[in-house]
Amino acid sequence: MKNTGCEIRAGFIPLIDCAPLVVALERGFAEAEGVCLTLSRETSWATIRDKLAVSQFDIAHVLAPMPVAANLGLGPLPTPMIVPMALGTGANSITVSVELWGELQAYIKENDFSALSAVEGLAQAVRKRCEKGQRLLQLGIVHPYSSHHYQLAYWLASGGIVPGRDVDLVVVPPSLMPAAIASGHIDGFCAGEPWGTVASSKSCGVILTTNAHIWRNSPEKVLGVREAWANRNSECVAALVRAILKAAQWCDEPENQNDLAALLARDDYVGKSIDLIHPCLARRLKSGDGTLHPIDGFLNFASNAATFPWTSHALWFLSQMARWGQAELTSETIDVARTTYRPDIYRTAVAPLGIELPPANSKLEGALTAETLTGSPTGRLQLGPDNFFDGMTFDPDRIEDYLAGFK
Amino acid sequence: MPPLRCAHQANSSTTDSGLALFVRRTQNAVMSEQALHILVIDENRIRASIIEEGLCGAGDVRVTVLTETNELMRRIVEIDPDVIFIDLGNPSRDVLEHMFNVSRAVKRPIAMFVEHSDQASTEAAIEAGVSAYVVDGLKKERVRSILETAILRFNAFERLKRELEEAKTELADRKTIERAKVILMKTRGLTEPDAYALLRKTAMNQNRRMAEIAESLILTAGLLAEEDGE
Repeated sequence: MKNTGCEIRAGFIPLIDCAPLVVALERGFAEAEGVCLTLSRETSWATIRDKLAVSQFDIAHVLAPMPVAANLGLGPLPTPMIVPMALGTGANSITVSVELWGELQAYIKENDFSALSAVEGLAQAVRKRCEKGQRLLQLGIVHPYSSHHYQLAYWLASGGIVPGRDVDLVVVPPSLMPAAIASGHIDGFCAGEPWGTVASSKSCGVILTTNAHIWRNSPEKVLGVREAWANRNSECVAALVRAILKAAQWCDEPENQNDLAALLARDDYVGKSIDLIHPCLARRLKSGDGTLHPIDGFLNFASNAATFPWTSHALWFLSQMARWGQAELTSETIDVARTTYRPDIYRTAVAPLGIELPPANSKLEGALTAETLTGSPTGRLQLGPDNFFDGMTFDPDRIEDYLAGFK
Repeated sequence: MPPLRCAHQANSSTTDSGLALFVRRTQNAVMSEQALHILVIDENRIRASIIEEGLCGAGDVRVTVLTETNELMRRIVEIDPDVIFIDLGNPSRDVLEHMFNVSRAVKRPIAMFVEHSDQASTEAAIEAGVSAYVVDGLKKERVRSILETAILRFNAFERLKRELEEAKTELADRKTIERAKVILMKTRGLTEPDAYALLRKTAMNQNRRMAEIAESLILTAGLLAEEDGE
């Protein structure tokens, strides 16, 4: 598979989970697969999308729901995309302002990031604010088609807080979240690391809970590939998937954490100090009591099948788009979501590596409450727990029933 | 109709948070009802004014420039533009697009301009680093010529920036070479033309820039001088 001569131009956003792309380039995994990778650091998802549309990029680090939205024709300049692999799970947190944390102290006793007690506490605070006639809380999300949006809205709604009625959701670029929370423009946000840690280190925010506590091993970013380019360059797509998979495995190794933190700290990558990047890589976050706590399953680059593009993830995103009025649930839209993620391409690409693969392309989301060995061909693939904090399960074959359960 | 003259008037208003916003409004005594109101959002003031100047020359338009993105939503509702230009690298673009999608406050539907145009002008716009949003129902030809002007101006700014950088580097290079020449003249007793020729020859032999050779020489001379001093 050497010397396939693939020149690939990629866009990324400075976040911890751009690591597999950076490592594929900087630690030789791309080169070993014959891929010449050029990375371009961008400041907004809109720019990533635009540059994919006009062929300045072939691939990009994108929010996991973005390709589904693009294929559904949602938002400006939708460009058909496929997802041959995921770029890890997790690394999101919900951070609240110091003022809001003060209000929540009356209801939240433990600093254990529990999603349930956090949302119950928030619901009481929201009720109190309403009684006092105070303005609606403003919560920041990074993009309307983001896992952050859907996880935050899911968590709020489970606690009886209706987005748009009880709180406002506003889009703020991740890098501007700490400043927005410090200035009082927003009262909280859901964003990827290092932004929760940056806000808490500047003492303007407190990390309340994380995606690992809302939906364990939940999807986060994926590799978005322009469909027209993928069709003409299937060998390159396969080589790239292998390179990024190996890079992701490298990122997961504890002995590489310091090296990875230093690499990401560079100005041309995340551009934040090692102190702000390392906690996330060590799977630790600072809680309300000011100390670092280890968080089980907070971030997976490759382990627990974190690079596998589960069809059920794409369909869960569609279910949430339908739930919040962004898309309709029809047999056509289900088909679009189902065919956006391409586990078939992933399987073919990684076949030469002889790694363990899941036995199916889709799973009942929320059914695993502990790490589980699956019925992969050798029976030794470990899947992470994928339970939702409210105990619901998502059957990708019964989306309508699932949505009916929320009413 | 005679071309309207752009009269610039700088005014700064105060937002709720007490921050001064720098809003330059182009005001016209006889504003035609059809005059397009263009909003330019650019944190780079120099580029913003270059674009503004270009757009004003395009005729029947009114231009407002925002160089800060605080309270962007409220500002846009107040300004109520027909066309918005924002530099492609501005992180607030995601904010802007979300606003157009969901906001009840933005009365008129706004779409990304490139969706209504051909692939070539889309590419030209993105290449130049400009993105444009327009309210629905505007005449395509009319907006296109404005977009083209904006693209030209973005490119002109880039060229200007590049030329300035080149001029700066050239000046710095010349100073470095001058210093290296003086060192050679002093230490080796060369004439000025010989010192220059030696630097040039060395650069050619090593396939490096003269300024690089001069820099190495200055560094080395500095190290040797320190040793001498000890």
